[in-house]
Amino acid sequence: MNLLDINNLHVKLEDEDRDIIRGLSLTVKPGEVHAIMGPNGSGKSTLSYVLAGRAGYEVTEGSVTFKGEDLLEMSPDERAAKGVFLAFQYPIEIPGVATMQFLKVALNAQRKARGEKELSTPDFMRLVKDRAAKLNVSQDMLKRPVNVGFSGGEKKRAEILQMAVLEPSLCILDETDSGLDIDALRVVADGVNALRSPDRAMIVITHYQRLLDYIVPDFVHVLSKGRIVKSGDKHLALELEEKGYAEFTESAA
Amino acid sequence: MADIETIELVKDIDVDKYKYGFTTDIESEYAPKGLDEDTVRFISAKKNEPHWMLEARLEAYRRWLQMEEPTWAKVDYPKIDFQDLYYYAAPKGSAAPKSLDEVDPKLLETYAKLGIPLKEQEILAGVRKQGEKSELDEEGSEYASGRVAVDAVFDSVSVVTTFKAELAKAGVIFCSISEALREHPELVKKYLFSVVPQGDNYYAALNAAVFSDGSFVYVPPGVRCPMELSTYFRMNAKNTGQFERTLIIADKGSYVSYLEGCTAPTREESQLHAAVVELIAMDDAEIKYSTVQNWYPGDAEGKGGIYNFVTKRGDCRGARSKISWTQVETGSAITWKYPSCILRGEESRGEFYSIAISNGRQQVDSGTKMIHLGKNSSSRIISKGIAAGRSDNTYRGLVSAHRKALNARNFTQCDSLLIGDKCGAHTVPYIEAKTSTAQFEHEATTSKISDDQMFYCMSRGLSQEEAVALIVNGFVRDVLQQLPMEFMAETQKLIGISLEGSVG
Repeated sequence: MNLLDINNLHVKLEDEDRDIIRGLSLTVKPGEVHAIMGPNGSGKSTLSYVLAGRAGYEVTEGSVTFKGEDLLEMSPDERAAKGVFLAFQYPIEIPGVATMQFLKVALNAQRKARGEKELSTPDFMRLVKDRAAKLNVSQDMLKRPVNVGFSGGEKKRAEILQMAVLEPSLCILDETDSGLDIDALRVVADGVNALRSPDRAMIVITHYQRLLDYIVPDFVHVLSKGRIVKSGDKHLALELEEKGYAEFTESAA
Repeated sequence: MADIETIELVKDIDVDKYKYGFTTDIESEYAPKGLDEDTVRFISAKKNEPHWMLEARLEAYRRWLQMEEPTWAKVDYPKIDFQDLYYYAAPKGSAAPKSLDEVDPKLLETYAKLGIPLKEQEILAGVRKQGEKSELDEEGSEYASGRVAVDAVFDSVSVVTTFKAELAKAGVIFCSISEALREHPELVKKYLFSVVPQGDNYYAALNAAVFSDGSFVYVPPGVRCPMELSTYFRMNAKNTGQFERTLIIADKGSYVSYLEGCTAPTREESQLHAAVVELIAMDDAEIKYSTVQNWYPGDAEGKGGIYNFVTKRGDCRGARSKISWTQVETGSAITWKYPSCILRGEESRGEFYSIAISNGRQQVDSGTKMIHLGKNSSSRIISKGIAAGRSDNTYRGLVSAHRKALNARNFTQCDSLLIGDKCGAHTVPYIEAKTSTAQFEHEATTSKISDDQMFYCMSRGLSQEEAVALIVNGFVRDVLQQLPMEFMAETQKLIGISLEGSVG
């Protein structure tokens, strides 16, 4: 069965008339990694927000089915409990709430929504310690309030840590490479690769080919003006890097 | 963890339901409705007070007649008809019970329902030593069950005080103020009205004339009070004002931590609450005073609710004395309250930590006064105001240094958080320094719970209400940490409940 089916999706901002996504279709199966590339303004971030359920967008046409259910009918927390995870391009600060505490509240909220038992504190601590070590996340960072005063690299690592702890079945990475130097990029990519598994899919949204050297996709899609204009395997990313977006975007117009 | 508790509670309870809104059906004895000199005499006679007390009350009453209701606060409410109230209501047969066994079971039941099982508490205490964890205290710390002595005040009378005998062994006097007037008149006479005089302000004068009960604490020199003291105020009778008066004296080198909690039934009519608290700290003494105020706030449209006009003031009378106020204000339709410190002693220290939450149509005007008189006195103010619904939340504070208060220091931090776009947060700080050696700092921020924060939390699996509770608990963290351990978890829950229905 397909994990995610996006069919002829049209999306606009609630208070504007113009569609940002105009007839996008995409099918994702468990275990697959899809890269979505495109120039600024092509609708990449909009797609990630619509999938995660952010308010302010209106779907005017089309459907999104996740694990056989209508994703668009669900609130963001329901989507999370069902297994959708968005790693933010710009992670949000929550002052006064320790990262560790945030992780625990989030994990247990999801478990409860799924009718599972909450994790005991010792089990939870073990889980977080294990995942944090792999991502170079220090104990000190876990005690600090969520994203407050984090460097760019720390924020991205914290996002991947959340992903590793919450174990979603669909990971959406929104420009996770932006603002990272090469070393930080490698740590983050290693973290993501460690999460690749036959029953988990990923949508990696990026502007540059660079990230895909580390997270090697099964499929690459070029997004232009709200539509997928070309799909291929990982070689398409290299082609893009060489020729630039212009060729594809022109053909879309 | 406590936040998960918060979240569970929020989930379990319907929006707009005030958990403590039940009424206890109990026969009460009232003073005749309205207020005149006879009412004052009636109350004084009921309490078998010494004659000087009656005289002091009458003087207060006469001064009150000359005074005008203050209008400078940012609160708006219909004029109070002071003749349309009862000034004294007491459950029948409540006069001076000697032990818990003599207390009307209905009253004990009421307190048990409020989460204060007076009887069980004393029994349990025999089995479980201070600081030991009970088996119920999963994951410990937050619920570490230290013992707490409780003075339970029901309408106009104190129905019982627990752990009295044990406290007496340490030399600590903890009883109702009526009892103190009878048993320790010399102490009361010496200190009562010495911090908040009869004519201090309109509501303080009214209180001085008709106060019915409250708590009295005296901690002798060098004694560290062996347990937390607390008073639980419950307003039950209809159309009745509650006027309690609390007096706490920490003698040289002593320490006491005191907590008060307040609830009232859900009623369509508003009710008046005008309390006075006086604290006195002598040389090297410390008083920590915490309040969790959860009077009925009125319904979503602003019908009913408590009018809370309170004067709280501490006098750091001795050198190196310290008074610390911590308040969590979630209830009341109107709050008018400024717990203050007079920093008279050299190197004395005053602290004010406040969380004030308003939702629905609540109006809060609260803050503090730090009056620096002594050399090298210092103070610290951390105020967190959270406004939701269509409420108004004002911080009003004064920091002043007398010309002799050399090197006075103050740090003030005032943060406001807005939830939604129909509420208001206001900050009105006054700063007066009459010595150039004073160092006063003031920091203030106003922020909103952003859509981004909400979406971020929800995209991780938190529901809307869970997200608000988590963000707000983070916002107030600095202040929460000041509360006695036993009450932290309780307070976190309360914060979640108070904000129900504030979004969406």
